[in-house]
Amino acid sequence: MSIDARIVDDLVANGIEFVTTVPCKQLAGVIDEVDRREGIFHIPSNKEDEGMGLCAGAWMGGKRPAIIMQNTAIGVTINTLATLIQYYRMPLPMLISYRGELREPVACQVEMAVHTKALLAQLNIPTYHFHRQSDVEELDMILKYTFMCSKPVAILTDANFWGGYGDQ
Amino acid sequence: MIRSEILREIAPILRDQLVVCNIGIPSQELHAIDDQPSNFYMLGTMGLASSIGLGLALAQPKTVIVIDGDGSVLTNLGTLPTIGNNAPGNYILMIIDNGSYGSTGDQPTYTGKKTDLAGMARAAGCDNVVVVQDVDTGPALQAAIEGGQATVLVVKCDSGNAKMPVITMDPVIIRDRFMKAVRA
Repeated sequence: MSIDARIVDDLVANGIEFVTTVPCKQLAGVIDEVDRREGIFHIPSNKEDEGMGLCAGAWMGGKRPAIIMQNTAIGVTINTLATLIQYYRMPLPMLISYRGELREPVACQVEMAVHTKALLAQLNIPTYHFHRQSDVEELDMILKYTFMCSKPVAILTDANFWGGYGDQ
Repeated sequence: MIRSEILREIAPILRDQLVVCNIGIPSQELHAIDDQPSNFYMLGTMGLASSIGLGLALAQPKTVIVIDGDGSVLTNLGTLPTIGNNAPGNYILMIIDNGSYGSTGDQPTYTGKKTDLAGMARAAGCDNVVVVQDVDTGPALQAAIEGGQATVLVVKCDSGNAKMPVITMDPVIIRDRFMKAVRA
């Protein structure tokens, strides 16, 4: 089974029916997979804070949400995480491509990568870092943990996890 | 009319609906005029009322009325294409367009100058965009509820705020009682 199908299987198994995405090259396969699944309503967002608003509404409407985005977006979602998702105590799994880590070819991506874990730590957001494909085995537990504690939870997935970037 | 006068007039219509209300003075005014468990007050996160309401409308069948402002929509303009391409028939975005940032001291927004929010919504793919003057808000809102079609309602009105107390209710209580109203 592909890693993309495995990830989306775990989303479905945890009752996630509403997924918003902002694309990243590393996430293209998993976004395609989300789009293909009948049991998931996929709504692309134009910006990640908008996507978090959609997820907050879906949660209050009775659907378990998730957001799929790139780590650069941590820079534009801090206010939304603090004053909406955390302040109203809502669960939000965030599957995040961790650009700027090992095997990254684009230097500028490193500039947000060096802040990513520090920002998430400053926000007290539980954070998991998938570096090897076998790390995906924890995804099911992380999703259960997210909905148990009603918090935003970050799953950082680096280029090594996705099997390299581009032609590597 | 200013925003609070409109809210007072449409309160009997809003009372039976799920309402997502914009941050700041709009939420304070609605809370003071007619607090209901079916009102979701935004205490922070400027700009996201329309997105929260869209997620809510997509997740369940009851009508959702978003009370937004021109300044807030300008903050989150990416919302208009998402609404235009996805909004279900139970979604009503009511933009109180007073051409100013009311909660921060009535500084002018661009909608009071050359920018046309209704035109932007149409260009973004919103099929049913209605522009009304403040005095016509009630019938227009009622028609949108009965119409069963996703609606962007732009209400042109005067700039100004009523003096209302800050909302001190705990956000988790606001959210919890709102979710119970959604399920009821």
